[in-house]
Order: sequence, then C-alpha cells, then structure tokens
Amino acid sequence: MDFTYHVEGGDFTNAGSTSSEVKRMLKKLGVSPDIVKKTVVALYEAEVNIVAHAYRGDISVDLENDKVRIVLADEGPGIPNIEWAMQKGNSTASPKVREMGFGAGMGLPNIKNNSDELNIQSEVGKGTTIELVNYFNK
Amino acid sequence: MTVEEIATLVQGEIIGGEEYKDRQVEKIFASDLMSDVLTLKDYDNLMLVTGLCNMQSIRTCEMADIQMLLVVRGKVVTPEMLELAEENEMIVVRTDFSLYKTAGILYGTGIPPVY
Repeated sequence: MDFTYHVEGGDFTNAGSTSSEVKRMLKKLGVSPDIVKKTVVALYEAEVNIVAHAYRGDISVDLENDKVRIVLADEGPGIPNIEWAMQKGNSTASPKVREMGFGAGMGLPNIKNNSDELNIQSEVGKGTTIELVNYFNK
Repeated sequence: MTVEEIATLVQGEIIGGEEYKDRQVEKIFASDLMSDVLTLKDYDNLMLVTGLCNMQSIRTCEMADIQMLLVVRGKVVTPEMLELAEENEMIVVRTDFSLYKTAGILYGTGIPPVY
C-alpha cells in the first residue's frame, strides 16, 4: 500500500498531521505499539523539519508485509553538512521553530535512533530527501 | 496518584478529558522542549508537565503515547488544542503555578521521574 501526503513549509498549525494519520493507519493494521511509536516519532521529527526548514515537501509511505518505508522529499535550502547536522545540539533553526519546542539540534539524531534504516541525501539550494525504514518484527 | 489528585495539589483545573481524571500517574517528565520529550523511552502512564502551550505540545504527546498533560504558568489552551487532545483521549490540566513550583510539589509526592 502506498500513500502520499503534502506538507507546506512554515505551516506549524498542521505540522504533525501526516504523522497522526500514519499512526492511525499503523495501529489499525495491528502493528505493535513499540514499532508504531518509534516510526511516528521519527516521522514526526522529519515532518517538523520540513515545516521548519523547507518550502514544501511530500511524504510517501509504503507499507509492506514486513516493514514500512517512508520517504520525505522536500524543496528547500538543503543541508550543507549532514555529518554536522547529525550531531546532537547542532541546529540552524529559527527563533519561531524554537518557540514551537523544537530546534535544539536533536531532530536528526532522534530520527536515526528511531529508524532501523536511514538514508539522508541533500543538495544545497534544492532540497533534502530522507528515507527511513522500520521492520515490524524487530 | 490520580490526575485529579495532582490537579488539586497544584491548585489546577481539568480543562479537557475530565472522564480520564482517575488515571494513575506513574511517572512525570517536565520540559518545554518537545525534542526532549520525543527522546524518552520505556515508560507507561506518563504525565508531561510543560509551559509550552501550542498545537505541537499536543502533537508531541500524541506521537509519544502520552495521555496526561499538565500545562503550567497559566498558559491559555486553545479550543483547537483541546479538540486534538480529545481525539487522542488525553486529559489536560492547567495551573497558574510555575514549572519549578509545580515540579517541586509533584516530586515531593514521590512520583518518580523518567530518569
């Protein structure tokens, strides 16, 4: 099963609505609560990143028998140094993002901690694509 | 300790999900940084105490499976926030006390922290 959702940059009111829908879907499918939680925590952090840093993005959710694969592709400034961004505490978030309770440089490390597989590709001036995979039987 | 008992201790009021007032609070975490909340592991029946009062505080609870929220510093919880909280079967309490005072009172009851 494939689903695609659109996310607008700067839309903090709706940030997390995709994660919410995916959570409902995974629960309905009977995925174990631990896997649901780690998946939606990773997804939510990544969704907030699109809202916080990008102009817009699309989230594709591919549900297979043994895993969920989520691809978040955004149009935005990109990440100049992924290694730097993956370190706890490093952030380029605006004051607005910090007011929302994020932007402390913990998002990408937390996405990694909650994903079985994680790939990040980014091109400065174009955008960032994050692919995360979580297996149901882990 | 129940949510209702906690609301009384902090001179707060239950403003959403009153039907869940008898839920037992087993652990408490206090933070205004939602990224910190999203890093928590291994807990059940957790109450979040926060002064961050916007849609993302409710969304964070939803993602982190937290169904008890105590909003401090007299922040105004909007109808939209309460609607989202209701969808997620959350109980929401508010108090005029500061985060420090609230945390001190609750720590004194013996309810353990997450870490």
